[in-house]
Amino acid sequence: MTETNARAPATAPRIVTRNVTKLYDTVAGPMVAVDDFSLDVADGEFVCIVGPSGCGKSTYLRMLAGLDTHSSGTIHIRPGSDPKKPLNSVVFQEYAVFPWKTVIENVAFGLQMRGVGKAERLEVAQYWLERVGLRKFAGYYPHQISGGMKQRVSIIRALANDPEVLLMDEPLGALDAQTRIVLQDELLRIWEETRKTVVYITHSLDEAILLGDRVILMTAHPGRLLATFHIGIERPRTVETLNTAAFAELRGAIWDQLGREVTRAMEMQS
Amino acid sequence: MTAPVEAKAAAAHAPAVDDVPPGRTRAEGLVLPAMLGVLAGICLVWNGILYLTALWAPFWWLALFGDFVLIVLVAERIGRVVPPKRRKLYERTLAFGFPVLALIAWQLIVDAGILNPLWFPQPTRIARALWDVTVHFDRFSETSLLGRPWLIPSKFESDGWAGVWSLFAESHVWATLGRVAAGFVIGAIPGILLGVIMGINQTVRLMLDTTLSAIYVLPKIAIFPIVMLMFADPFGEGPKIAVVALSVFFLMAINTMAGVRDIDPVFIMAGRNYGARGLSLYRHVIIPAALPVIFAGLRLALGTALIVIISVEFLRAKQGVGYMTFYYWEVLNPEKMYAGLVVVMILGVVLTYGLQWLQRKLMPWARG
Repeated sequence: MTETNARAPATAPRIVTRNVTKLYDTVAGPMVAVDDFSLDVADGEFVCIVGPSGCGKSTYLRMLAGLDTHSSGTIHIRPGSDPKKPLNSVVFQEYAVFPWKTVIENVAFGLQMRGVGKAERLEVAQYWLERVGLRKFAGYYPHQISGGMKQRVSIIRALANDPEVLLMDEPLGALDAQTRIVLQDELLRIWEETRKTVVYITHSLDEAILLGDRVILMTAHPGRLLATFHIGIERPRTVETLNTAAFAELRGAIWDQLGREVTRAMEMQS
Repeated sequence: MTAPVEAKAAAAHAPAVDDVPPGRTRAEGLVLPAMLGVLAGICLVWNGILYLTALWAPFWWLALFGDFVLIVLVAERIGRVVPPKRRKLYERTLAFGFPVLALIAWQLIVDAGILNPLWFPQPTRIARALWDVTVHFDRFSETSLLGRPWLIPSKFESDGWAGVWSLFAESHVWATLGRVAAGFVIGAIPGILLGVIMGINQTVRLMLDTTLSAIYVLPKIAIFPIVMLMFADPFGEGPKIAVVALSVFFLMAINTMAGVRDIDPVFIMAGRNYGARGLSLYRHVIIPAALPVIFAGLRLALGTALIVIISVEFLRAKQGVGYMTFYYWEVLNPEKMYAGLVVVMILGVVLTYGLQWLQRKLMPWARG
């Protein structure tokens, strides 16, 4: 009995989403962007949400981040033991790295806004820059570095902020194929070491299976939960995992199970 | 009219295509002088024919237009064979060579008696007039152009700082600069603040946008008489500075508003998500994101401020570069009037460079 009680907080979900609906008022009347969406995310879980553009997955992420309101239902991120830690930090699709701040100032931005002293925040930023091989570029401005580097800066800006939950909105969507693979590998490595709770938005099913513990599929117009898959591929994973039989089998199984339904739904929307 | 021009352009173009590859294999040093020689030759022939047929003097503007077209055609072909490392030199030559040529043409045309030197004095005479007004004190209006800086040591010895100040106070340039600087600061800062608020807050924007746009297009010189009445001393510095400030204010408010509205919303979302609230959101996100547009606006505002202050000084002033220009026109001394215009242009260039310096200081990320 006492054992169950002690374990209860640890197993309580970090993120609770119940029957969330988002309506937009348009001239043509209300438009449903997200319809009756429910999702719980456990502590330390990596959840990927896959869906075509316009399915409301980015809207859901913004509502999670508190950057957008929902029309009904509940969204809750459980605070951790340290009240000073931010609940969530977002990695945006278009990088959203501030062009007017140097690389290291960008990485230290969240800490600066929370009032962390200059020496300490620069030390943390330096640590993260080193981890992704950007130490040399600390004093550069974003326009002087490549897209892949900018997205690394954007990712470690979130990690340096040490949030309870990391929210990633198609972070690799704007990158070319090779850079994307390199960054997927880097993401896997960093996640393996930090074990953050992550909600990751993507429209690539392969990327979702490679990264996630769980893959959530959504349909568009209105955005609805279509199916959930647990990804049993053991960790640590690398991009090599993409070439394994287990990966191919799982991907095949998902497509089989979804059958025509997903194909039809996705074709209709695209 | 267009057909022969096209034919000529085509004819000029065809051999160029054939010539370029051997031109590059030949010693590069020879190509440019040769082309410049060709240019000089063609210009000589063109002008020579007009001159010999006695058509140059009555149709001097047509002759110059022809020269202009010839120079453009040849410069384009030179531009194609200029090696990359000489490219900068080529561009500078075009940028600075053209105004020099224009001045020379002006000089020659007036020297030849084609234009009346009374209304269009030669550049050399304007330069001499500029030197004149710089070194001489005008006893009648008790003013000088720069305030006779060479007198500063002796004045300081006899009258102290008050003496130095009296020298500054007699200067046209310092009077104009002071009015522009004061009006610029008084107008730009509130203008930028209001623009930011209008960019962020839809209610304020909807309430003020139409009104500001309406007042913005109003020539500020037209409300100068009213502005004069608002001050205890209508003929003092107050109304002059105020009218500059007003013109700068409306331009900056409208421009800054556009800049703030154009900020990519993702930057504001990122700022909020990482904990920027209220003032820190303005300091770290909104103001830096709008700075490029704000500086573009400041540059426009600087031009407007100069135009307004010169017009005001034409109307109502006993001092200032605009007053000086108008004064020498009234006493029929066109050389010195032109000298005043040259001073206005120099002021414009110097102030613009100052603004660009400030921009580099405040926006180090935009370099390169």
